[in-house]
Amino acid sequence: MEDERSFSDICGGRLALQRRYYSPSCREFCLSCPRLSLRSLTAVTCAVWLAAYGLFTLCENSMILSAAIFITLLGLLGYLHFVKIDQETLLIIDSLGIQMTSSYASGKESTTFIEMGKVKDVVINEAIYMQKVIYYLCILLEDPVEPHGISQVVPVFQVSTEQLSKVFSPKKICCLSPFSAFLLLLMFSRNVNSSCQDYLRTPDSYF
Amino acid sequence: MVLKAFFPTCCASADSGLLVGRWVPEQSSAVVLAVVHFPFIPLQVKELLAQVHQAGHVGLAVLGTWCHRRRGAEESLGQFLEGLGTIFSHEPWLQLCREPGSKLWSCKATRRQVPPHPGAPYEDQVMLVFYDQRKVLLSQLHPPAALPDRQAGDAAPSAGGLAAVFDTVARSEALFRSDRFDDGPVRLSHWQSEGVEASILAELAKRASGPVCVLLACLLSLVSAVSACRKANVLVSVLLDVALGLALLSWLRGKDRIGPLAEALVPVADHVAEELQHLLQWLMGAPAGLKMNRALDQVLGRFFLYHLHLWISYIHLMSPFIERILWHVGLSACLGLTVALSILSDIIALLTFHIYCFYVYGARLYCLKICGLSSLWRLFRGKKWNVLRQRVDSCSYDLDQLFIGTLLFTILVFLLPTTALYYLVFTLLRLLVVAVQGLIHLLVDLINSLPLYSLGLRLCRPYRLAAGVKFRVLEHEAGRPLRLLMQINPLPYGRVVHTYRLPSYGCHPTHSWGSLCRKLFFGELIYPWRQRGDKQD
Repeated sequence: MEDERSFSDICGGRLALQRRYYSPSCREFCLSCPRLSLRSLTAVTCAVWLAAYGLFTLCENSMILSAAIFITLLGLLGYLHFVKIDQETLLIIDSLGIQMTSSYASGKESTTFIEMGKVKDVVINEAIYMQKVIYYLCILLEDPVEPHGISQVVPVFQVSTEQLSKVFSPKKICCLSPFSAFLLLLMFSRNVNSSCQDYLRTPDSYF
Repeated sequence: MVLKAFFPTCCASADSGLLVGRWVPEQSSAVVLAVVHFPFIPLQVKELLAQVHQAGHVGLAVLGTWCHRRRGAEESLGQFLEGLGTIFSHEPWLQLCREPGSKLWSCKATRRQVPPHPGAPYEDQVMLVFYDQRKVLLSQLHPPAALPDRQAGDAAPSAGGLAAVFDTVARSEALFRSDRFDDGPVRLSHWQSEGVEASILAELAKRASGPVCVLLACLLSLVSAVSACRKANVLVSVLLDVALGLALLSWLRGKDRIGPLAEALVPVADHVAEELQHLLQWLMGAPAGLKMNRALDQVLGRFFLYHLHLWISYIHLMSPFIERILWHVGLSACLGLTVALSILSDIIALLTFHIYCFYVYGARLYCLKICGLSSLWRLFRGKKWNVLRQRVDSCSYDLDQLFIGTLLFTILVFLLPTTALYYLVFTLLRLLVVAVQGLIHLLVDLINSLPLYSLGLRLCRPYRLAAGVKFRVLEHEAGRPLRLLMQINPLPYGRVVHTYRLPSYGCHPTHSWGSLCRKLFFGELIYPWRQRGDKQD
């Protein structure tokens, strides 16, 4: 069973959230980030090449131009392979664990799997970033040494929090999808602890 | 909890039979290791399981039945399989079934004894997880939390959910020795069954390689899995080192470069000495417009110039022997490139010995001056350093003490710029030489500590070094059990280098940047190659 909601953030980039329901014990959430815009790519390339041409007129050495081309190509490849995330997926399998996959623009996929036994809790954290408050979902991992301690806090949907925070601002509440409204309810009620099992057992009529 | 059945992909096309594996009650998961085919004698199956238990300390059992109906198969097979549940009693009893030529699977897990509801058996919800048995057997899990000194063999079988699966497969090697094509009492299907060669020659070669593999395994089993990798890393590093050294040697001999190199060495040393002379002349004049104290300047300058003159004489004395020495040094490159680089570093140290001497003279003078200045400054303020209490105490001085002390203080203050300038110039030169030597040492360190074998393994056989697992949901139909494919998530390259990095016996700087600056300011001597724990001066 698939469900897709698309909405746009304040800057105009398109965000798409896709929910897949495989079975009562397995669900998948897929968040697609806005693609690389042609405008910014052209702007960066032009800036680099203008700077290289400026240096060339000073030094009269054509190696600078070839070097600028190489730098642009390598920089673009490196950006696509290491930085630009296209899609983030969260797969929740009951009694096995949570899997987070990030697919990069060059096709690389990096996957992390957290076993259910290691998950202590799932919380929504709020953070103050410069002049605004952003919210992000994160998973708390248990500490093997100390039973009541927390060893690690793993944020989910790393790249998209910036865009998500623009979507989840109170002004936009009327055009939010039910999923995001659910999250907002959790935020404002300050009962920010919701475990994965609880979420999976929530009947669909909630949405 | 949902019951998870870990099923090997190699058995998905096997004929009907019994499922043999391990049941982990804490995670409610059944790890299927092999399928026993008909005909079999139940007693022999139990004996085989007992043998594997003794060999690997892992408790296996018959978990259920596997039904793969061929076209035109009889229905009686299903009833026969149901009857087997009474012979091998196991809670819960798995029944996996696959339709011929399709991807539809059905699973049932029945329990007979249910504490709160006696009577009718109830069924658990089953989730099928497929795994590649060969890869899981060969791979080694690297847990993210750095648990010190934990080896794969020491881990308790119930440690961690998925680590238990890896552990079970690794310990059941005794089960994988006999195959369905062997003439043993029990016919099994597991990862060894796939890929049977059609050619007799290939089969014979496999049989012949058996003893060779056993011998290698014996040699490697003398050490545990982790340090076998480390030893392989060391071996590959040494081999690469020797190979690079031989390449360097052949390059040196190829165009007979040693002669011109030796001939160029003495003029280079002469040139460096000449430059130093110019530098000293410049310092003795008015360097950068600063006005030096004439007398001290002349004394220091002449002293250093004479030292330089002596050094040049020694170099000229040595010049007939340089070529012979270089020839022998080049020969040592066949021991490895790192040896050649270390000898190069030592040659640089020897050739710049005069710079080291100048630095020591300048530093000692400056240090003495600073000590004297600080002590007399305390006297000027009416205080003194209490050695017993290691603190500054007030003290009443006599008038003549104060008078002489103040005079000396003034003299030292006015001579400070000259000494400080000499110290600064020679410290910079010394730091330059130390930087060049440091770069060479870094290169040597890199060659020695890079785990090339592990990196090659990560490149060619990524499943051997596992950081974890990843799941993929396979085609799903409503009403059918959920099917997942478990794949091995390889370790990222950065973690491979970090985990398998060989300990470097090179020198790490014992002081931080702050303490280095402090030492430079107070004129204390810097020993860059002194290790921690060496006897202090």
